[in-house]
This record gives sequence, structure tokens and C-alpha cells, in this order.
Amino acid sequence: MKFEEPAGQNLFDRAKIVGKSTPRIDGPLKVSGRAPYAYERHDVAPNQAYGWIVGSAIAKGRITAMNLADARRAPGVLGIVAATEHKPVGTSRFNHAPLFGGTEIAHYHQAIAVVVAETFEQARAAAGLIRTEYADGEGSFDLAKVAPGAPLASEKLPDYNRLGDFQAAFASAPVTVDQRYTTPDEAHAMMEPFATIAAWEGDALTIWTSNQMVAWSKRALASILGMPADKIRVDSPYVGGGFGGKLFIRADAVMAALAAKAVNRPVKLAMQRPLMFNNSTHRPATIQRVRLGAGRDGRITAIAHENWSGNITGEDGENATLQTPKLYTGANRLLENRTAQLDLPEGNAMRAPGEAPGHMALEVAMDELAEALGMDPVELRIVNDAKGNLPGEPEMKISDRNLERCLRTGAERFGWSARKAAPAQMREGRKLVGLGVAAGYRAAPTQKSAARVSLGADGTIAVETDMTDIGTGSYTIIAQTAAEAMGVPLNRVRVDLGDSLSPVSAGSGGQWGAASSTAGVYAACVNLRRMIGEKLGFDGDAATFANGHATLGEQSHALSDAGALSATGEMEFGAFQKEYDIGTYAAHFAEVAVDAYTGETSIRRMLSVCDAGRIINPLSARSQVIGAMVMAAGATLTEDLHVDKRFGYFANHDLASYEVPVHADIPSQECIFLDTLDPMISPLKAKGVGELGICGPGAAIANAVYNATGIRMRDYPLTLDKYLDRLPAIA
Amino acid sequence: MQDKGIFNLSRRGMLAGSAASVAVSQGTIASAQASQASSSPPARMAVNLTVNGKPHRLELDTRMTLLDTLREHLQLTGSKKGCDHGQCGACTVMVNGERVNSCLSLAVMHEGDEVTTIEGLGSPDDLHPMQAAFVKHDGYQCGYCTPGQICSAVATLEEIRKGIPSHVTEILTGRMRPTNMEMRERMSGNICRCGAYSNIVDAMTDVARG
Repeated sequence: MKFEEPAGQNLFDRAKIVGKSTPRIDGPLKVSGRAPYAYERHDVAPNQAYGWIVGSAIAKGRITAMNLADARRAPGVLGIVAATEHKPVGTSRFNHAPLFGGTEIAHYHQAIAVVVAETFEQARAAAGLIRTEYADGEGSFDLAKVAPGAPLASEKLPDYNRLGDFQAAFASAPVTVDQRYTTPDEAHAMMEPFATIAAWEGDALTIWTSNQMVAWSKRALASILGMPADKIRVDSPYVGGGFGGKLFIRADAVMAALAAKAVNRPVKLAMQRPLMFNNSTHRPATIQRVRLGAGRDGRITAIAHENWSGNITGEDGENATLQTPKLYTGANRLLENRTAQLDLPEGNAMRAPGEAPGHMALEVAMDELAEALGMDPVELRIVNDAKGNLPGEPEMKISDRNLERCLRTGAERFGWSARKAAPAQMREGRKLVGLGVAAGYRAAPTQKSAARVSLGADGTIAVETDMTDIGTGSYTIIAQTAAEAMGVPLNRVRVDLGDSLSPVSAGSGGQWGAASSTAGVYAACVNLRRMIGEKLGFDGDAATFANGHATLGEQSHALSDAGALSATGEMEFGAFQKEYDIGTYAAHFAEVAVDAYTGETSIRRMLSVCDAGRIINPLSARSQVIGAMVMAAGATLTEDLHVDKRFGYFANHDLASYEVPVHADIPSQECIFLDTLDPMISPLKAKGVGELGICGPGAAIANAVYNATGIRMRDYPLTLDKYLDRLPAIA
Repeated sequence: MQDKGIFNLSRRGMLAGSAASVAVSQGTIASAQASQASSSPPARMAVNLTVNGKPHRLELDTRMTLLDTLREHLQLTGSKKGCDHGQCGACTVMVNGERVNSCLSLAVMHEGDEVTTIEGLGSPDDLHPMQAAFVKHDGYQCGYCTPGQICSAVATLEEIRKGIPSHVTEILTGRMRPTNMEMRERMSGNICRCGAYSNIVDAMTDVARG
């Protein structure tokens, strides 16, 4: 099925299940500990042995010797696959850092061996007996040092990166802001480690793993291991968090596969938590310069966003400029994105890559501009909202954009009018109180997506697709879609996800999963309805499917009358979508309290108002948004991978020293979804929200800290050491 | 790079090995460690545990954590391994009614103990009130930290009921209340990277009110 024109009125506009808050259908399994994650699948292959990954102790250079003899003799050891004894595995088009093999070391904690033993304890103990010697190489680890000479990123900027004459317009603007902001390297730090059970049957490999993109990973693993993709099965039904970190095949899958081959037994392994931060990918640090020039009326005439980040050769950096041309007007524009070469671990996608740190700079600069203008920050954003058209993209139509409504609704609900424009004016006892706002934009892409929908002889519906649920709620929205389309109650629908034997879906990434995968399920349902119609002698397209029956005119059949049937379907998204800027929009608000004596910052309230079309399941969509707000809070206040610039690695590589938010940091949060529909996105008119939620809340918090204290910090995270000595005098 | 190699070895050696090796010099750690580990089989011990009401007599490698005993030996995989270092709380279970990080506890230390895991609190068809409240309030996303959160939540409410004070308890003499901050403080050893905190506290508030 092809989505070739804007969606008209359809069954989802009369929906009884889609659009209703629905507790997750996988919930009872998750809360009772019965949902099986990758490492836990004792049942899938007999006689599983345990693997332990050894990571490189240097960041750059080569291995000169590995003494494996003692480890091989250790009790319980079944085998060792070591880098010195194995040629480098291949790469895939999805990532560049070497995953294993050979003596060259490209980054710290690169996998250099896997030890396989009868038990976990034996594998761990034996791994400690491996003696590795290295020849240290020179590496480049300091972004600030190499940024000035960094070339433009290979990733091409759109041709609207330059408009008018920025320099002249900025020079003549009556009110300007010119500031530099930095964001640190960040870790996904998902709760479930990378984990895989691998088993070979002849030349065929199955991995039970934890991965967001099953079809990508099947292809990538084939290229990495040099084997045909059709000999690989990837199964990933439950994913304990990904945030972009599990978009790709990682060392766990490669090492488990090689180890299982070597010992001729299924092997299970999980990457040890202390290895995860340097072995895998991270969000690269950025240096950003934002220049805004405006008239006294607040209208932006000149806008420049320059970005520097670093990555290994062949990879793009973190392009923080992405949202800037989409949010605001400004006839004169300059965007520039540069990527320096670094020898840190590979930087790659983390939730809203580019936009998440981009908003942390742009939306603080907007706060600074509002202050310079003496204008309310909400009004400033509304005045410059690029709602009519996007400067530099005259042919582009905007599908459905309600940013102004987000801002106005949020201001009213949050009690924005109580904010004092001058900073450090709101005091409650020993607390300095401040409010902050930020706007948010994230694109709403789609990817083709397929599913198989089956009717059981008992009238139940089963959906199979390789779509993943990474906590996003895919199980439930897919069940809702199938229930709605087939006219059965939700509890009559079973959903099986994450198996590469099922039809290929869009997968979970880029905020495209919900829109794309539900459209694919709908396509399969349409085919199944036709098939049922053919079987029972009516036009499946014209019939109404409700209450377990298909009805057309006088004719009505129970679905079970059709017997068991199965249909696949795929939704492809037509070229017409390219004529539209299809985005999601938000207004984020935060209230913070800063202790006037100790400087401790605590978040008191957070609100996000989101415009993302139809919300298929408001309960789980809200969770995605508030969860993203939490991640934004971490990025703003605590999260910081500290680069050891001498030895070239992230020094704080565990969950004690890489500080993500905990319960005590996060107050009650609110999320409001505007009641909007976007007919350009899919038949369900629904867009994703998982990344929108992290685009902006961090800046809102930073702006609130400024409003509370009068201290403007531009180097994230806003830790106490950066402002304790600048707190207002205690009266 | 010789130096770093030795450092690396001794660090790993420490992880793997016995306390006796700590006293000797770096150079000898490696060989002492190597010969010991490669020649003698790992020590095993019997331990009697009651897990979710069911008694078990297990013969275990003394290095095996309570968490791995549950997950690998008894195949109760509801308790999760997020970090194996006591930093994330995903492995939280109840031992004799009190919550512990089961990854930081060796199984053989638990002779005679009663362990309750997430599987013991309830099943999909018969959920514990806290489990049901998590479903109702969407107190999770990916679900990986969830069993630990639920075990911690149940224990937290019990700690408050017993009047055990925390860092944020405002009045130590009166009756302790399950306030928002009191619950959040006590739950802060359980990380949820999906960020379901606000919903988890809503679920706990529901259960606390009964």
C-alpha cells in the first residue's frame, strides 16, 4: 500500500481504541518479571556457555602481545577468541569503529578478546589472567584544541544554510546576542546492557539480542561476519532501553557469534557495564556559537548557528544546527557545521541527535535575546515563529504546525505570568526561584514498514512484524491499530515483535517508529479485510469491521466464519511528503529552586506542551515525553562524560560516576498534547514524540536557573562548581 | 606500554582473585594469581535458601552473586543485571523482608535466608497491588529496571510504615508520611533511564493510600 496523498476522513477519525489511553499490553509481563530480555532466554538454545568481553586498556595504538596460556588453562574455560589470533571483522555501513580483530586499537575498551567458560564466574576469572602488552599510539582527544581547524562536515548542509547577507544584517541589528555554548559528550546509559545469545546451526546463525533495528542489524551482521544475510536470524522482542545506542550491531553480538562458533556451543554474554561507555557509541560533545540580531520589535533579522563537534574518521559529528532553520524566521542566515577528527570512541545517534544539544544553545540564546530586548521570552518566540513558511524553503509547505498554541497553552497552564523578568527577584525562604521556557522542534520522518496480520479460526488477531518496542509502547499501539482496523477488542489481539523472520518494519529510531509501524500494520489489515471479504463473498474495502463482525448492507459475518487467514502488507510513503515540512513542535517550561546558601539546584515543576498530530496512546506517549524531559534534565544538570585527554577515554565509565537523574532529582511532571491531526504523515495522522520531548526542556531549565540566580551559564552541565562563587549575596 | 599492561592485569587480577594477593607486590600478583586460578578448581559451598517460599539446597561456586544464583541457577530472570556493581538498583530483591542489591551479595552469605523476588510478589494473572499500580500509571517504559523499582517501592512503603527515617525526613518524632519527597529520596538507588520517575511515584502514592 502506498500513502500517496493526504489522508482524508477514515476509520481512525471514528476510532474507539486508537487515541485512547491504554495500559500497555506487555505491562503484566514486565511488572512481574516475565518479559524475557536477551540474556535471559534460557529456553531458546540448550547448553549455553558464558562469555566475558575483554576491552583494550589503551585508546590508540596496537597490541604487541597477548598471553592467553594461563587463561586457557583456567577452570571451566572452553575457549578464547583473541584479537591477535583473529583477523579484523568487517564493518557495515552503519558504523565505522572496528568491532573486533587484529592488533590495531582505535579506541579505549575496544573488544580484544572474549573468554568462554562453563560459568560466568569462570569466564570472568579467566579473563583476568590474560596479559596484554601494547604499543601506545598518538591520538587526538581534545575537541576544543582541534575545533578551530575542523573542516566542514561531510554531511551536506541544506542549501538554505546561507540566506541574504548575515554579516551586514547582524552588524546593523539594533539588538544582538553573540555567545558560545558547549555541551559535553553524553552516554545513552540504557539500563539493559548490550547482550546476546548466539547459536549456530551449521552455517546459519541466530542471535537473541537487544536491538532497535532488526533488519539493519541482520544486514550489518552479515557484512561484519562476511556471511549471507539470509543465514542470519535476529530476535529482539524486548529491549531494555536503547536511545539510539542499540540502533546498530555492537561488540556483544559479534563476540557472541564468534565465540559460539569457536566453542561449538551457544554462547551468552552481556557487555560489562564499565565497558559500555567506551566500547560503544556516545553523543559527541559540541561547541556552538549562536548570533542573533533583531529589531527593537523583536523580529530576528540575522541568525547564525555554527557548530563544532568531533568524531572518528568517516563519521559525522553532532550537528546541533538542525532545528534552527525550522524554528525561526530571519531573512539573513548562516549555518555551519564542522567535524573535527578525534580518536575517542565512535560518536553516533543518541535521542534527537543534533537537535537535543542544539536546543540547549539556541533556546538559551533566545532567552538572552529576550532579555536584551526587554521582551517576554514566550512572545519573542511567537513573533519569530516560522509558521507561514520556512525562510529559504519557498516551495516547502508546512503540514500542520501549532507552535504558537503550544507556547500560549503552556504559558497559561504553567502560570508563566508569575515570572519576574529581572533575574534573582523571586525568593521563597532560602530558595531562589526561577521560571524558564524553550521552544522545541523535531522532524517527523517516516520509513516504509510491513507486517503480517493473521485471523485465527477463533476470531483472534495476531500481528507479526520485526518492529521493536524499546519502551516506546510499540506493542500496545500496534495492537490498538489492529484492533481498530479489524473491529475486535484489544484483548483479542496478540502482537509478536522483533523477529527477523517477520516482515520488515521501520524499526525504532529517529522518532519514526510509531507513525511508520502502525501504518504498516494498517496496510496489512486492509489486505486481510479484503481476504476475509473474498472468502465470505463481500467487498472487504466497503465493509465495516466492528464487534468481531464484518458488515456490509444486510450481510454480516462473524470474523471466525472466514477461518484462519493471513495477510502481509507494507506501507510505503509517497513522494508527496517531500513537499511538506512535517515536524513536531513543543513548548517546554521549567521551574527551579536554587538554594541561596548551598547553590543546590532542584527542579520543581516541568511542563511540555506537544503538537504531534493524533496521539495513538496518550498514556505511553506521555511517558515518552516525560522520560525525555528527564533525560534533558540530566543533560542540563549532571551528565558529562569526562574525557581523559592524556589517555583518550571517558574516565567516568559507570553508572556511579556518569550521573543520570534519579528519583530525587525529578518532580511531578506534566505533559499536554494538543488535539491536532496531521494528514500528511500517515492514515493515522499521528506523529512521534519520543525525540521531541528532549528538544528544549534542557534550555528551559537553564533559563530558569538564570531567572532564579542571574547567573548565565553556557557550558553544560550546570554543575555547582561553575556558579557557587557567583551566587547573589545573601541578604 | 609495559607499565599500563601490568596495571591492567593487576586491576583485573583484583577483580578475579583472592584477598591474599593484595599484600604482595604488583609483579608477583600476576604469577601468584595465575598459578592459583589455573591449578585449583573454584571453591564450592552448599547453601540453603528459600526463594519465593520455596526451599532450595544449592551447591554453588562461592563467587556467585545472589543475583546470578537467581537468574542463572534458578532461572528467575525477573531480577535484572544492569551494572553488577550496586549502582543501578535493577537487581533489587527482598532478603528477610529488607531490600538489597542482589548483585552486591554473594549467594553463600545467605544461608537460611528468605528471598522474595519480583516473581514472588505476583504473576501476570495475579498482580501484587504495586505491580498493578505500575501498569495503571505506566510506571515504566522499557521495563528493565521495573522489577527492581517494584521491589524497592514495596520495601520503601514498608520502611516508611515502620518509621525508619531517611535523609529528607522532616519530623523524626511524629508519624512518618509517604510524602512525594520521602518516597523519591528512598527510591533514588533505583535508576530508570527511560525516566518514568514521576509515574512511579504516582503508582506508589496510589498503593500507599490503599
